[in-house]
Amino acid sequence: MDYTVIIGLEVHVQLQTRTKLFCGCSTRFNPDHPNTQTCPVCLGLPGALPVLNREAFHLGMKTGLAINCEIPSFTKWDRKQYYYPDLPKAYQISQYDLPMSQNGWLEIEIDPETRETKKIGIIRAHLEEDAGKNSHDESGRGHDSKVDLNRCGTPLIEIVSEPDLRSAREARTYLEELKLLLTYIDVSDCNMQEGSLRCDANVNLHIQQENGETIPTPIVEIKNLNSFRGVEQAIEFEVQRQWEAWQETRLSLHDVPKETRGWDADRGITLEQRGKEEAADYRYFPDPDLAPVTVTDAERDKVSSELCERPALRRNRLEKEYQLSAYDAAVIIDQGLAFADYFEQVAKGCQNGKQAANWVTQDVLRELKEGGLEISAFSIKPEVLAALLEKVESNEITTKSARTVFQELLKSEEAAPGVESIQSIIEDKGLAMVSDTGALEAAVQTVVAKNEKAVADFQSGKQAAVGALIGQVMREVKGADPKVVRELLIKKMS
Amino acid sequence: MSITSATASELLAKMNAGEVSSEEITAACLAEIARRDESINAFLSLQGETALQTAREVDRKRKAGEPLGKLAGIPVALKDNICATGTTTTCASRMLEAFTPPYDAHIVERLRAADAVLIGKTNLDEFAMGSSTENSAFKITANPWNTKCAAGGSSGGSAAAVSAGFAPLALGSDTGGSIRQPASFCGVVGLKPTYGRVSRYGLVAFASSLDQIGPFARDITDAALLLETIAGKDQRDTTSLDAAVPRYTENLEQPLKNLKVGYIEHLHEEGLHEDVQKATQQALDVYQSLGAELIPVELPHARYCVATYYIIAPSEASSNLARYDGVHYGYRAKQFDNMIDMYAASRGEAFGDEVKRRIMLGTYALSSGYYDAYYLKALKVRRLIRNDFEQAFQKVDIIASPVTPTPAFEIGELTDDPLAMYLADIFTTSANLSGIPGVSVPAGMSQNKLPIGLQLLAPPLEEERLLRAARMFERETDWHLKRPE
Repeated sequence: MDYTVIIGLEVHVQLQTRTKLFCGCSTRFNPDHPNTQTCPVCLGLPGALPVLNREAFHLGMKTGLAINCEIPSFTKWDRKQYYYPDLPKAYQISQYDLPMSQNGWLEIEIDPETRETKKIGIIRAHLEEDAGKNSHDESGRGHDSKVDLNRCGTPLIEIVSEPDLRSAREARTYLEELKLLLTYIDVSDCNMQEGSLRCDANVNLHIQQENGETIPTPIVEIKNLNSFRGVEQAIEFEVQRQWEAWQETRLSLHDVPKETRGWDADRGITLEQRGKEEAADYRYFPDPDLAPVTVTDAERDKVSSELCERPALRRNRLEKEYQLSAYDAAVIIDQGLAFADYFEQVAKGCQNGKQAANWVTQDVLRELKEGGLEISAFSIKPEVLAALLEKVESNEITTKSARTVFQELLKSEEAAPGVESIQSIIEDKGLAMVSDTGALEAAVQTVVAKNEKAVADFQSGKQAAVGALIGQVMREVKGADPKVVRELLIKKMS
Repeated sequence: MSITSATASELLAKMNAGEVSSEEITAACLAEIARRDESINAFLSLQGETALQTAREVDRKRKAGEPLGKLAGIPVALKDNICATGTTTTCASRMLEAFTPPYDAHIVERLRAADAVLIGKTNLDEFAMGSSTENSAFKITANPWNTKCAAGGSSGGSAAAVSAGFAPLALGSDTGGSIRQPASFCGVVGLKPTYGRVSRYGLVAFASSLDQIGPFARDITDAALLLETIAGKDQRDTTSLDAAVPRYTENLEQPLKNLKVGYIEHLHEEGLHEDVQKATQQALDVYQSLGAELIPVELPHARYCVATYYIIAPSEASSNLARYDGVHYGYRAKQFDNMIDMYAASRGEAFGDEVKRRIMLGTYALSSGYYDAYYLKALKVRRLIRNDFEQAFQKVDIIASPVTPTPAFEIGELTDDPLAMYLADIFTTSANLSGIPGVSVPAGMSQNKLPIGLQLLAPPLEEERLLRAARMFERETDWHLKRPE
């Protein structure tokens, strides 16, 4: 017997609007000051009414278009009704049968070796308001539970995939690609720690019987997945658990209702959350307080035109346009839109994509990580780095000297040292490539005279002996081109 | 004419002429309330002190020649499901007995800006669910014409207050007739505007797609005055209409030429009280005598109105009232075992029978497996009812009908028969289901000396036509001048 893993993800993403979905309260993440970003509307006070935040709808459309969805011309709001203390109206304003976007897809790479890709279907993406946050006394002393409604009413877009994912790894890749896309199009910061991106996974197995039949195992929804690693591990655990359960019970999808399990990251297991009770009846119905929204073709086109190049396309383009390795292109794209822009400015400026990629993925990225900086706050602006690399290209300075200049630029007291700083550092440090062959030849002469053993070694066939001598000459003559030094040394010793 | 029986327009004229002050008017209203409200029970709370302060401030402004609002110095009563700061908004429910809203409803802002004197909050059926004000958790409002009889409902307190001389103006809300029916029972003018004409922001929702705030007054002119004060677009209510608000008082005295008055023939057969039928016929005769043409209209789906209404309204109510769960505000049970039990106990203890009945009806109608057969079907019928009116109004300018099948019934007479109470909404619910404006105008007295109202309906946003047509009738009759003893 063999089985296929069937996974669909439901991803909730917080849209980065300044204010909430149906009121003017701030959406700032502010857990230390509970219930300070609230008003009669998001508190669900009697008589208060919701008003749609058009910016949230706009970001929702951007998201829908970025994941290749249709944007219907008519969409409406529905109430999803259930009781919970973090839901003060006892209903969530959401979208039921007419979501604002549907029938899309997201392409992911499923094999890094073959570069094989796969389109993961997206059933729908709809807007809804977030609930608040309950916190319970975990001391066991029976203190009151508390509710913070700062988050209540924050706009979310729920993106529901088709059950097209076939492994925990694919699920993780899909989620990573989705996150990258949403941060690129600037609709969300997708901060998983702050809950801006949350994921539930629906998982089951299709067991292949010897007679050719396929039997689906019961579907389990895994909740509380708040890291990429968690998604992967939880699904791996769940696949194994379901396989063992199948062997033991032989229960299929049709024998038991959908089960909800929570991921316990500390113990690395999923735990039954809700009993196998009847399916919840949310009694959805159209919200009479909110008019339906109509979207014209012109509005849709306008939002479409605002979309930047999607990361997957840009990754391919970087590879081709700048002759980058797939690895380098991926590293650059993964750092986000601003970083990729930075790279392209440097690459265009210095006319050498590979060199630019080496510098930004190694030197620049290292500095950002060490300093905990965003690329926007990095003091060496792309035109400055481009100018520096141009000097390497044109043999004005060596790569080694360029690294020295780079470090000096970082030490600069200026917030963003200009291109002219490069020249002054080169002059101060005497890093200019020495074209004065007289001085070089004199240095070579001296070094050869001082190193009889190395010369003898070389002459007996040990090429490696040249290396040590090059270093000595370079110390004598700063800014010497190592290639030229090597040639002179070999000529002298031969 | 005494202060407490005068209309707001008369009182404004007297104040402007310096014959009386707002403080005197307010004090007279408060004195009348003190004298008689023990037997009427129109008010749930009074804001006497702040009302007198406001009145004195308006008097000062008037003396100083400062600009004044439309209702400067006029006492106004508010149904206690309209939020206003500074006092409780209880909805006549144990659930909100101690709830003080931190904000003013849109219309309360408008009233304050118009320099009105907010005098008190009036009784209603709990959460506006009922037709007699007997479903209040706190008191039963009596009809000022006969205290054995019901004031009607759900805005019974507001209707009774205007009728009894407690306040010249009051605000109510109308979801299925809750302004027009008590207005008819108490012999005052009550107007339900077009859905969206007045912002619902701050009106505690019963059935959001049907609820509409509207005025009670002693005559049409006052109703027009109050409507033009509160009507208009409000950004906080996206269902409020972005249409210019006419000066309803301006053209009120101009009769409508070639008026076509529609009437419904077949409705006359359905258990209509003889006195009501007679009053309606006489009203039609008045219009005919004024040169109007009487035209029978067909409303083929009118007989489904009550059934449709009692699916849609409870469905929305079941959702709107879910928020009263004892967690964040409102009543919380003292004893409970766990969270679910806390919800059940709090709601079970704080809601009255009628509210529970409607929550259960609505919950059922929205449940999976029943939604299509009930709620969705009701929405479709609602569309047909709306179409009926659209077609009827191609032939006629207004439609005249009774407001209720009978004059005020006795308190307790129908409390054990909720269905009979529901069926009495036959003439009123159609206006809510189709979103059109309707007014109840005093149009007769029963043999038992109880007022009878005439209902006039007009197409959406035609309040001006509605009020002018009503004023034509009012000018020819003196029913609006009668006051209870």
